Amino acid sequence: MIKFFLMVNKQGQTRLSKYYEHVEINKRTLLETEVIKSCLSRSSEQCSFIEYKDFKLIYRQYAALFIVVGVNDTENEMAIYEFIHNFVEVLDDYFSRVSELDVSFFSAVNQVFHSTWQRTG
Amino acid sequence: MSDIVEKTLTALPGLFLQNQSATGPAAAKASFSSRLGGLVRGITALTSKHEEEKLIQQELNNLKATVSAPNTTLKMMKECMVRLIYCEMLGYDASFGYIHAIKLAQQGNLLEKRVGYLAVSLFLHESHELLLLLVNTVVKDLQSTNLVEVCMALTIVSQIFPREMIPAVLPLVEDKLQHSKEIIRRKAVLALYKFYLIAPNQVQHIHIKFRKALCDRDVGVMAASLHIYLKMIKENSSAYKDLTGSFVTILKQVVGGKLPADFNYHSVPAPWLQIQLLRILGLLGKDDQRTSELMYDVLDESLRRAELNHNVTYAILFECVHTVYSIYPKSELLEKAAKCIGKFVLSPKINLKYLGLKALTYVIQQDPTLALQHQMTIIECLDHPDPIIKREVLGEYSYLLGKETGEEVITKLYKLLTSDSISSETKAWIIAAVTKLTPQAHSSNIVERLIQEFTTSLDTCLRQHAFELKHLHENVKFMKGLLPVDKSCEDMVVDASLSFLDGFVAEELSQGAAPYKPHHQRQEEKLSQEKVLSFEPYGLSFSSSGFSGRQSPAGISLGSDISGNSTDTGLKETNSLKLEGIKKLWGKEGYLPKKESKTGDETEALPVPQENIIMENVDQIITKKDQSQVLTQSKEEKEKQLLASSLFVGLGSESTINLLGKADTLSHKFRRKSKVKETKSGQTTTAQNMTRSSFSSSSNVTYEEDYYLDNLQDRGDKEVKKFSLNSELLDSESLTELPLVEKISNCRLSTPSLFADNNMEVFHPPQSTAASLANEISLASSLLEETTEHMHSDLMEVCNNETISVSSYKIWKDECLLMVWSVFNKSASELKSANLEIAPAENFKITEQPGCCLPVIEAESTKNFQYSVQMEKPFTEGNLSGFINYQVMDTHSVQLEFSVNLSLLDFIRPLKISTEDFGKLWLSFANDVKQNVKMSESQAALPSTLKALQQELRLHVVDIIGNEGLLACQLLPSIPCLLHFRVHGDMLALWFRSSCSTLPDYLLYQCQKVRAWIDPQVPVPIPCFHPGLTRAFKAECFVSVFLSSRCKKHDYIPL
Repeated sequence: MIKFFLMVNKQGQTRLSKYYEHVEINKRTLLETEVIKSCLSRSSEQCSFIEYKDFKLIYRQYAALFIVVGVNDTENEMAIYEFIHNFVEVLDDYFSRVSELDVSFFSAVNQVFHSTWQRTG
Repeated sequence: MSDIVEKTLTALPGLFLQNQSATGPAAAKASFSSRLGGLVRGITALTSKHEEEKLIQQELNNLKATVSAPNTTLKMMKECMVRLIYCEMLGYDASFGYIHAIKLAQQGNLLEKRVGYLAVSLFLHESHELLLLLVNTVVKDLQSTNLVEVCMALTIVSQIFPREMIPAVLPLVEDKLQHSKEIIRRKAVLALYKFYLIAPNQVQHIHIKFRKALCDRDVGVMAASLHIYLKMIKENSSAYKDLTGSFVTILKQVVGGKLPADFNYHSVPAPWLQIQLLRILGLLGKDDQRTSELMYDVLDESLRRAELNHNVTYAILFECVHTVYSIYPKSELLEKAAKCIGKFVLSPKINLKYLGLKALTYVIQQDPTLALQHQMTIIECLDHPDPIIKREVLGEYSYLLGKETGEEVITKLYKLLTSDSISSETKAWIIAAVTKLTPQAHSSNIVERLIQEFTTSLDTCLRQHAFELKHLHENVKFMKGLLPVDKSCEDMVVDASLSFLDGFVAEELSQGAAPYKPHHQRQEEKLSQEKVLSFEPYGLSFSSSGFSGRQSPAGISLGSDISGNSTDTGLKETNSLKLEGIKKLWGKEGYLPKKESKTGDETEALPVPQENIIMENVDQIITKKDQSQVLTQSKEEKEKQLLASSLFVGLGSESTINLLGKADTLSHKFRRKSKVKETKSGQTTTAQNMTRSSFSSSSNVTYEEDYYLDNLQDRGDKEVKKFSLNSELLDSESLTELPLVEKISNCRLSTPSLFADNNMEVFHPPQSTAASLANEISLASSLLEETTEHMHSDLMEVCNNETISVSSYKIWKDECLLMVWSVFNKSASELKSANLEIAPAENFKITEQPGCCLPVIEAESTKNFQYSVQMEKPFTEGNLSGFINYQVMDTHSVQLEFSVNLSLLDFIRPLKISTEDFGKLWLSFANDVKQNVKMSESQAALPSTLKALQQELRLHVVDIIGNEGLLACQLLPSIPCLLHFRVHGDMLALWFRSSCSTLPDYLLYQCQKVRAWIDPQVPVPIPCFHPGLTRAFKAECFVSVFLSSRCKKHDYIPL
């Protein structure tokens, strides 16, 4: 089960966030900061899955942008990992060569994300 | 570029973008000149958080002005909304825009509406009260002829929807399952999935339709239905075994590449769909050989097909291995799966290695020898830079004792421990692994050396692990029991309630420690206190009652555990232990014999705020009472003390209302009352006698007491009405002489809230108004004996013709619901072979009571037929139908049909338990439902809420502590349900727990209805009066609105 979906750049600026469980707004900022910190601290030798509190974080980096998905224990990490890539491919097609700033058009991105997720499961 | 991309894109509605231009992506780039683009760029350019904060605050101020300006067009509003979303996403509060988001969704054209819906889905959460305002819009859009609008409505429903409003849209969403467009069907299925997640019992009746969705000709719809099935099968796999064949066939088709090519992802056919199906099969085949056999073939094929070198095939393989190891084992498959894992573990790719190690945990549980070949890899992994890998590795260790003995492995681990290259965290893991291995090792030299070395380690974590090992090591037998050889520790029973700490906690509490509050409670408390402080200038009396700690139910159980002790020592202890405010607040004014001599002084010394006259008044009453009783015996004193404490609970909450600025009138009443009491004590006695007689007439003094008291009042005994029972009981003489009155006080104690109720004279249950009372009396002859002992409903005519009239009423007996149909023969001749039959109903067990066969009904007389009804499984409402037939003058027979509505509440009875039992039960129940309900300020008081809950839901008030209440009820025959609720500010936090999974849901639903009854401002009716709604639901809403006093009829569209 996906708990949240984040797109954060290396500077820690949130480009897109979507929570599937209610998190209070001040806690969101905190969570996002911690999440991006733990992603940035990873080396290439380490795998793309991190344990964070009750979740597992699955992340992928595209240029300066991190896409992080928080899932619970029941999820197949690799499936989510590939799902992220699928999503990025869809975005790329949609924006014809997606860039970080495009992502700020969250209304479109949200729609893409939602549709992609619904289609893939 | 994968094909799935195109498919996704075509599935999206064309007008997906902010601007209509059909060019899509280009438009997106172009609109960067928009103000959102400006904002995004501005923020990106900033370097410090501080600057960002400034910029956004400024932006928010602008937006606030714009959205509230009257001349803002919807188009501008849409533009603002987008920026608001952005601000909130960055963590700045934009709550002023929430209502505008809803308006935009309501009023805008397609594009604006879409942004409005999006904003709503991002801003609000499930229990946000504004969400109710969206229901109407959703209902309207669901009925739109424009597919895009329908799509949007379904999308929002599948993301966020208020649970209590599901009935309003459910029929509409159900209809959409038959829609001709696949996207609509798919979205409808997902909306139903959402409903299933938040309120499973409300969609129980459409399981058949889910099956239809599973067989839908469109793959998308089928895939969507898998979500629901996965969830349902997880909860109860045995009910869906018959579908195994279908799932296997679908998976075969997917694996065989029978799906349209646009479901491929990097030439792998629908990978996520495969994973979903594999999961479902794993659940279905668990511990079930016959079902498992059906899937061996397809699993084999999946393992074979997934040879492609791509991440997503690894994901499928992993899931496949998981499934193979979950179902009933087949050695051939297990071997293949293990081989697969071998590839994973040996892979240089770190993500794959992780996956392999994770899969190894499944393998080891089945067959440790298969994992032995990977032992070296595992040990290498121990020193991997990634902690998550290390963790997976060490988790395995205790299973890896094949050829190597425990000592050898421990030696290896010890070597690792002493090397400098590894981090202290890894070391901690290693010690944990050693601990697991120790019970199986024969000699323990190394272990002892290890303990010696690391109990002095500078690292706290290491030291702790070492000490754990040390203590376990000292008691080998215990250790062996704790860490058995070939079992994973998952099966161990853990005492989650930590009951073994109870003694310790009790001791600490007795020494004045603050009771434990769970995190969420502290949080809420903090919030509510902030609220209280900011609104109340005169917080003083609050601070005195502020001791009324909000305890967790568990805490209560502990507290009362001790205070439940008997007699003299009990007295003292209660004083120090009942921390929840009653005593702290009133401990000085002396019902304790010790302090009684100085009560007068102390009362004056109390720092009572001037405006709090009530409390002073009461003080005096109490003081008097106490002084008059100096000579009474200790047992009675204790009784009184309890009585007084429960009394103060009610008063405490009263004074809270006062502070909230409402109850000037109340305080007047109160003062008047106490004066009256002093002057007219003679009349009080008569009132007392009345009460007494009414109680003696009822064999067991239970919840009917409400009823009796009310009758008492309604009979027009003005004297009784003037005096609250409360002040009578305060009159101490009654307590000293009569055991019966003691009994009253006892039963009073069990329902302290009633005190407050009677005091306020606001308590009038709807069913016993003066008029209906008269009615009842006139009918009394026809009512059964039980009616005088139990609560019953009004007589209601269910059918009639020219000869007979059939009425029915319900008697809420303690052990069942007794339905009585009374048949009145209006004609002048007798009726023969009269027979009344009740049709068997799905959810009920109906038993005919003896003495029902009355073949002859004489002229102008009444006969009763009674049936006892039990509920088989919980539901909200059901129908009981039946017919009566009879013969007139031996000629023709006549048949008349009728039906009666039964609701869950007919089967709810108060559960009389002690606070202590409540605490115990509370911990033992797994199913809970929580909800915060907002009420209008004037209504948000404990007594009125309690009253409503007690009367409407028939809950038993177990205890009241500060602003919290504990209530209990049972669903007949014996399913208990507990309710813990707290009032803070204008919020009412309800928390149900029960042993039955669905009961809390149903009760919460009933509470919602009561809430409408308590609070006339709850916006129930508007979305309910939609033509699409069932008549019953509309009627229900109408009634609930009608009951609330401030309702104006013309506000609502008529039925």
